[in-house]
Amino acid sequence: MNMTTTVDNGVNVEALLGARQALTDMPEAAQFKWRATCAWVNGTHSRSSVSSFYGLGSEQAHKTEFKYDADHPAIFASEDKGATPVEYVLVGLASCLTAGIAAVAQNRKIQLRSVKATLEAGMDLAGILGIDSEVRNGFSGIKVIFEIDADATREAINALVAQSQRRSAVFDIVTNPTNVSVEVK
Amino acid sequence: MTRGARGAGATDVIVIGAGHSGLAMSGFLSANSVEHVVLERGEVANSWRHERWDSLRLLTPNWQSRLPDYCYEGADPDGFMTMPEVIRFIARYAGFVGAPVRTATTVRAVRQDGEGFCVVTDQREWRCRAVVMAGGAHGIANLPPLAAALPAAVRSLTSKEYRRPGQLDDGGVLVVGASATGVQLADEIRASGREVVLAAGEHIRMPRVYRGRDVQWWLTAAGILDQRFDQVEDLVRARRIPSPQLVGTPSRATLDLNALTDRGVNIVGRVVGVNAGKVQFSGTLRNECAMADLKQGRMLDAFDALAERSAFTAALEPVQRPAPTRVPEMPRLALDLARERIRTVIWATGFRPDFSWLQAPVFDAKGRLRHHGGIVAPGLYVLGLNFMRRRKSSFMHGAEDDVRELGTHLLGHLERVPEHAIRQNPDERVAASK
Repeated sequence: MNMTTTVDNGVNVEALLGARQALTDMPEAAQFKWRATCAWVNGTHSRSSVSSFYGLGSEQAHKTEFKYDADHPAIFASEDKGATPVEYVLVGLASCLTAGIAAVAQNRKIQLRSVKATLEAGMDLAGILGIDSEVRNGFSGIKVIFEIDADATREAINALVAQSQRRSAVFDIVTNPTNVSVEVK
Repeated sequence: MTRGARGAGATDVIVIGAGHSGLAMSGFLSANSVEHVVLERGEVANSWRHERWDSLRLLTPNWQSRLPDYCYEGADPDGFMTMPEVIRFIARYAGFVGAPVRTATTVRAVRQDGEGFCVVTDQREWRCRAVVMAGGAHGIANLPPLAAALPAAVRSLTSKEYRRPGQLDDGGVLVVGASATGVQLADEIRASGREVVLAAGEHIRMPRVYRGRDVQWWLTAAGILDQRFDQVEDLVRARRIPSPQLVGTPSRATLDLNALTDRGVNIVGRVVGVNAGKVQFSGTLRNECAMADLKQGRMLDAFDALAERSAFTAALEPVQRPAPTRVPEMPRLALDLARERIRTVIWATGFRPDFSWLQAPVFDAKGRLRHHGGIVAPGLYVLGLNFMRRRKSSFMHGAEDDVRELGTHLLGHLERVPEHAIRQNPDERVAASK
């Protein structure tokens, strides 16, 4: 392991640790609200956007509004104008775990050179199509494979990946039940 | 034991709890000629007598069972004490230090009163200059809120209420929690012939014996048990770490998830919900097991490194690492209690100390006692909590260092607080028995 050069994964760990201390002392500032809006376009095609959120006690905004097209592929008789909603779940999980790996690596003074995640989720359509009530609608399981090139032992990399799961919001969201309320205004 | 009339009594120090740490503090105070009484809701070693399951043995070997100037002197230093042996060991220690214990005396309230304290019990009221809370870390069994959502047909009990498999319905059992308690209960209930599902969240894996030596020997040799509270990086987390998967048996066997899988226990993830008669489990089991394996590996690496640079290497057995935890390809995410004939859920989800009687502004926003290495407020001390001053603080052998340090601090406090602070009337003074 290279102990002399400075490790830089582009993560400001001091700022994160500072935020952790500040939010421990001010629990109300730690209350965040994440938001998205979605408008139907046509068929199974919809367009979602993300711009504002709430945190640190006040309204916040992204630098720009991000837009996401979701649709289904042609074999579902759709026009394939975007990724499927379940693929967005994989995108969320992959990007959350990857961000976590960078942050934990920075904190543990591990220099990353490349991190690549490949995800695959199984799904039995007998669930959503109502063919078999024993089959769940969602994924039957998710497999994530990381290829990581870093200045660290295999064991330290495994520990990095394990810790990123412990601290990941999306990993928690997909592994544990969450109450969801859906209303019509 | 001193018998006074009902009404206010006065003494210098009140120790609450006649378990090993309260008695050790009593011994320290007597040795320093400090007048005190030990208030005990039941009898000496009460929770060991009345709040443990029948088969339990200490997780620490007999050679480690020691209190100030007092240690195990039997023929089996590598064995593990049964509950009757623990009770005898502590009761004899109470006699050894001549502790002025008032049994069957329950503390109802403790409050600061001028420069001293007022201690209200179901027998009488006391005034004193210092209070040592030694009721232990296991006052209240943690019960997650979702326990209330279990169907009425399923019996729910905590590890404090569990005694033996024979008290359970013949149906299946869900044991929640995979620390020392959870793995031990899962093992003995499975051995009774019942179907057992064990829900495992974060857990600490440890071999009972490594390279021929007990893991407690290694932890001691590596200085881990002596690590101080002001030297660890994340004290909040260190205090929350669950007890390691250990059992004390004559065969010195390791009891980990692999051993339980071999015996037919079904391992599932952490309990995260109860919905329509189904218990839901987290999909994080694989990661929890991977983490426990990694941490055990790091610990054993440290033991091997220690052996490398020590004289005892030659006396050790060769390095042999435990196999990784086997996790089912698809751990189950839900359990239909009625359909699977699960009749009992046992919550082995940890404990928290009971300070409900403490009326002082010494709690944090989550209701946890604030303390700095056992010092709660001027004249107010606590003993025996997890990682209170050292990693070993909650163990019997951890009492000695903590009692010496906090006792010394307490003597300093008594010097600063004048005796008349607690004396309304000299006649109220109750003679200490020592």
